[in-house]
Amino acid sequence: MLTLLLIAFPFLGALILFFSKTSAAKTIALGITLVEFIISLGLFFLYKHNPDNCQLSFEKDWVSNLGIRFDIGIDGIGLLLCLLTTFLLPLIVLSSFKNEYEKPFNFYGLMLVMQSALLGVFTANDGFLFYVFWELALIPIYFICLLWGGEDRGRITFKFFVYTLFGSLFMLVGLIYLYNHTNVNGLKSWNIIDLYNAGHALNATQQSAVFWLIFIAFAIKMPIFPFHTWQPNTYVNAPTQGTMLLSGIMLKMGTFGVIKWLLPVVPLGVEEWGGTAIILSVIGIIYASCIAIVQKDYKRLIAYSSIAHVGLISAGMLAMNQQGIQGAVMQMLAHGVSVIGLFLIADILLRHTGTRDIDKLGGIRSMNGNFAVLFLIIVMGAVALPLTNGFVGEFLLINGVYQFSPTLALFAGLTIILGAVYMLRSYQKIMLGERTDSNVAFGALAGSDKAVLIIVCIVIVTFGVYPKPLNDIAEEGVKQLLTYIK
Amino acid sequence: MIKLIPLVPLFPLIGFLINGFFGKKLSKGLSGSIASVSVLASFIVAVLAFIELNGNATKSHVIDVFSWINSGDLKIPFQFLYDNLSSLFLLIITGIGFLIHVYSTGYMHEDEGFSRFFTYLNLFVFFMLLLVLGNNYIITFVGWEGVGLCSYLLIGFWYKNTAYNKAANKAFIMNRIGDLGFLMGIILIFITFGSVSYTEIFDKAGTVPTSTLTTIALLLFVGAMGKSAQLPLYTWLPDAMAGPTPVSALIHAATMVTAGIFMVVRSNVFYASSEVASETVAVVGAITALFAATIGLLQNDIKKILAYSTVSQLGLMFLALGVGAYSSAVFHVTTHAFFKALLFLGAGSVIHAMGGEQDIRNMGGLKGKIKITFFTMFVATLAISGVPGLSGFFSKDEILAHVYEHNKVLWGVGMLTSILTAFYMFRMLFLTFFGKFRGTHDQEHHLHESPPSMTFPLIVLAILSVLGGFLGLPEFWGTPNWMHHQIGEVLQRKGHSISMLSHEVEWILMALAVVAAGASIYFTYMMFIKHKVLPVAKEEELKPWQKVIYNKFYVDEIYDALVRKPLDAVSGVLHKIVDVQIIDGLVNGVGSGVKGLGSVIRLAQQGNIGFYVISMIMGVVFIILATFLMK
Repeated sequence: MLTLLLIAFPFLGALILFFSKTSAAKTIALGITLVEFIISLGLFFLYKHNPDNCQLSFEKDWVSNLGIRFDIGIDGIGLLLCLLTTFLLPLIVLSSFKNEYEKPFNFYGLMLVMQSALLGVFTANDGFLFYVFWELALIPIYFICLLWGGEDRGRITFKFFVYTLFGSLFMLVGLIYLYNHTNVNGLKSWNIIDLYNAGHALNATQQSAVFWLIFIAFAIKMPIFPFHTWQPNTYVNAPTQGTMLLSGIMLKMGTFGVIKWLLPVVPLGVEEWGGTAIILSVIGIIYASCIAIVQKDYKRLIAYSSIAHVGLISAGMLAMNQQGIQGAVMQMLAHGVSVIGLFLIADILLRHTGTRDIDKLGGIRSMNGNFAVLFLIIVMGAVALPLTNGFVGEFLLINGVYQFSPTLALFAGLTIILGAVYMLRSYQKIMLGERTDSNVAFGALAGSDKAVLIIVCIVIVTFGVYPKPLNDIAEEGVKQLLTYIK
Repeated sequence: MIKLIPLVPLFPLIGFLINGFFGKKLSKGLSGSIASVSVLASFIVAVLAFIELNGNATKSHVIDVFSWINSGDLKIPFQFLYDNLSSLFLLIITGIGFLIHVYSTGYMHEDEGFSRFFTYLNLFVFFMLLLVLGNNYIITFVGWEGVGLCSYLLIGFWYKNTAYNKAANKAFIMNRIGDLGFLMGIILIFITFGSVSYTEIFDKAGTVPTSTLTTIALLLFVGAMGKSAQLPLYTWLPDAMAGPTPVSALIHAATMVTAGIFMVVRSNVFYASSEVASETVAVVGAITALFAATIGLLQNDIKKILAYSTVSQLGLMFLALGVGAYSSAVFHVTTHAFFKALLFLGAGSVIHAMGGEQDIRNMGGLKGKIKITFFTMFVATLAISGVPGLSGFFSKDEILAHVYEHNKVLWGVGMLTSILTAFYMFRMLFLTFFGKFRGTHDQEHHLHESPPSMTFPLIVLAILSVLGGFLGLPEFWGTPNWMHHQIGEVLQRKGHSISMLSHEVEWILMALAVVAAGASIYFTYMMFIKHKVLPVAKEEELKPWQKVIYNKFYVDEIYDALVRKPLDAVSGVLHKIVDVQIIDGLVNGVGSGVKGLGSVIRLAQQGNIGFYVISMIMGVVFIILATFLMK
């Protein structure tokens, strides 16, 4: 029941906001997301280690003649992503306290709907339900970007919407194909284990076809090279909170999807085509890193760096070994936290100085030392310095890729050099040196901004020094997953 | 005490946290004291543990701290290894670290970033201690990258200066090139041995094919080339002199840059098993030693001279490692830590006295004005030049003897390097302290000896620079070589570094080294004291070959043209043309192709958005409820 509550609670909160049309939507949304975080902590404590199967499940028949069930539950990897989602949402809400949005009840209501959908994606154990949540998540973010986005939002959001929807339809075809091959006592089923079994029963050619049908959807969502071109414009144009939702959580739908809904479904297909996908991912790492180096707009720079990071995640998990997949899970968590910090910083820069152009900024450190320290910690997390949370995932990922191919690991590993180049160069241009005209008086940070950055930094360091509580869950989650694959 | 080893890194960590969080509110005296005392406390624990270890039959102790990262077969505990190698490095790091902290309380006294400086410095000591204490490659790597971070922070300490910031970035990025190699090596170790813990893998090295061991050793060495500034990854170190001088002494001379040597000694079994890897290390070391010494001949910035000297001396240590003389390399690490830290601190004292001046062309005649600084730096110069009886003489001689045994050409390179070393060091000494003062009137007026907080460390280090040689007296003298015995314990292939040369040859080699150093010093004396030669004021007056050396063989310019500029150019093309026009253009092309789909969705967009949101949500709610209710 708790899992159901987890999904339903933000949804109910959203309804309250929509109908009340209250101007205190910010505060209410913060309260709701905090309660939601506590609910997810409840799940964390109820979760029993080394499970044989999904826990805290909730099942009800839905459309029984089609075998569709409302079936949700918690496994290790899903739990971690639920925690990430519920942890980030209050931060995202809090980070908006200095922004005034029109019709805030709709804005925050949509964020809460989005949260429900995301949690649904991470807990669904029914293929159809997964697809429903998957598409449901797209709708609120579409409106958030469209209504509260930047100048060219109409065209850009439309492209984003069509592009991802286009991918999802392939996935639907793939899932239906699998569904048609299920056979549980003569009946068809959408249950995830039945879909796994159906996938395993397919021959290599069929598995390859299913692999691509499903992978396209995930590849666009993450996005990996060359399906990424919707991403930079969408990230830059979306309101900051929209960008945070997209990069912090929504892209994890893609990576999570690969881990739970692709690798164990068609292992032969992955064996056949995973290499190609890894190569694309690795190209994306270098490609996006290089492009990040020449960006002037800090928000766009972070957008490209996100493509690079997700490329490594993708390459690691497609290598289909313990370290690679576990690294992907750990990196999803780390990236979610640090990217939110970075996008908030981009927003703070804009609010305080009127620009995000790194060539026009400079010398902020001498005006606000605390901001400089917090910023630097997040930068170090992003470049995966050991004892930050970014390191655990990155090390395991490169390790995982290495087991697939040392050469590819070397190319993938270039991220640790190129990442340092664009992160340090931009930090230097923004923060160090003498102050420039555009930021004559970079004052103290707002309390809400400071709070978010401090929390982000605490998490970066805490789980870098002591990743065990999360890492153990990731480890056993991946072990369990690998039993389905082998 | 050995069980308390985790205290050694813990004290500086506490110092870091106190100064990091409350430093601004503390007085300078308190802030500096907390930082210094925390390192002193570590030093005391390190000494006590060292005494216990030497009285103990077990020479290798594993201390568990906590369980860190687990992933299937990969187990990475946060675990320390306390043995003869790490115990020695602990003493160097905390001992010299403490002296440099004390020195810094004087040197940085007028700086507004005083507590920030000590925050970074304590953090550095913490990471450096992790680096040497780890019982697996990952903990070492944690320290390895951690000291890189501190190095970055301290090079760019005066953050308003863009050139300094660029030097800091360069150091971090160049080190990361090495770190990628290191990381690859670690992963290959895990894949080969199923573990990354020192105490589990080294014994199994015999069962692994040599080609794998060679690959591992070479990958690890790439990491060492970055951290220890070897060709081709050395150019960050001279630029790192942008940091405050105590940083140059501690990080960029005595401790961090020797991490590469530490790591190779720790991994000695891989190198001892692989001829190819060892040869590579020796050749890279030899070339670096000579190359950097050559550049050092014509530099005029007192810190740059010392920086190139450090690169050169590190090269010499790698040359020793390459010929299997591991204990000689560690011996030289130790003596070099004494005299090079002293030289940097002395240079700092000179700079302090000169009001920030670093160009030796504007110095001269300082020996009467800053006597302690002069005398201690003189001792250090003698030590590094290989004057008999001082520490550098013994360690360098031991290395050269082993190299001679191994390869005469490399020995020649080593000898030549020693001759150049004596030249550039005495050139620096003469131009700084002898002759007439060439600075401004104001500077001359201002000249003063540094406060006791700065001269005390100079004196202690001068004593160590003289006596350090007793740690490794030559075995052919019939004296016990303590260092050899100590490091021998951590070598998997024992007896590898015992010299097979006859005593006569050893004596001749030693005599040759002394004569060479003497001749070089004499030549320098004639040039700069007798004939009062001064470096030219303008670059145009240099001869073409001098210009090339003066400009450091244009390596920075070459890297710029070969790496940085192409990277920026290619990235620009990738962005503007490949991404925006080609890939996105294709996507847009497909988009317009299915315009029908687009126009349908666009219709939906023109409706009442608010209504749409509500109806979407209501629709979903309705479907879910309806299906449940119908059950």
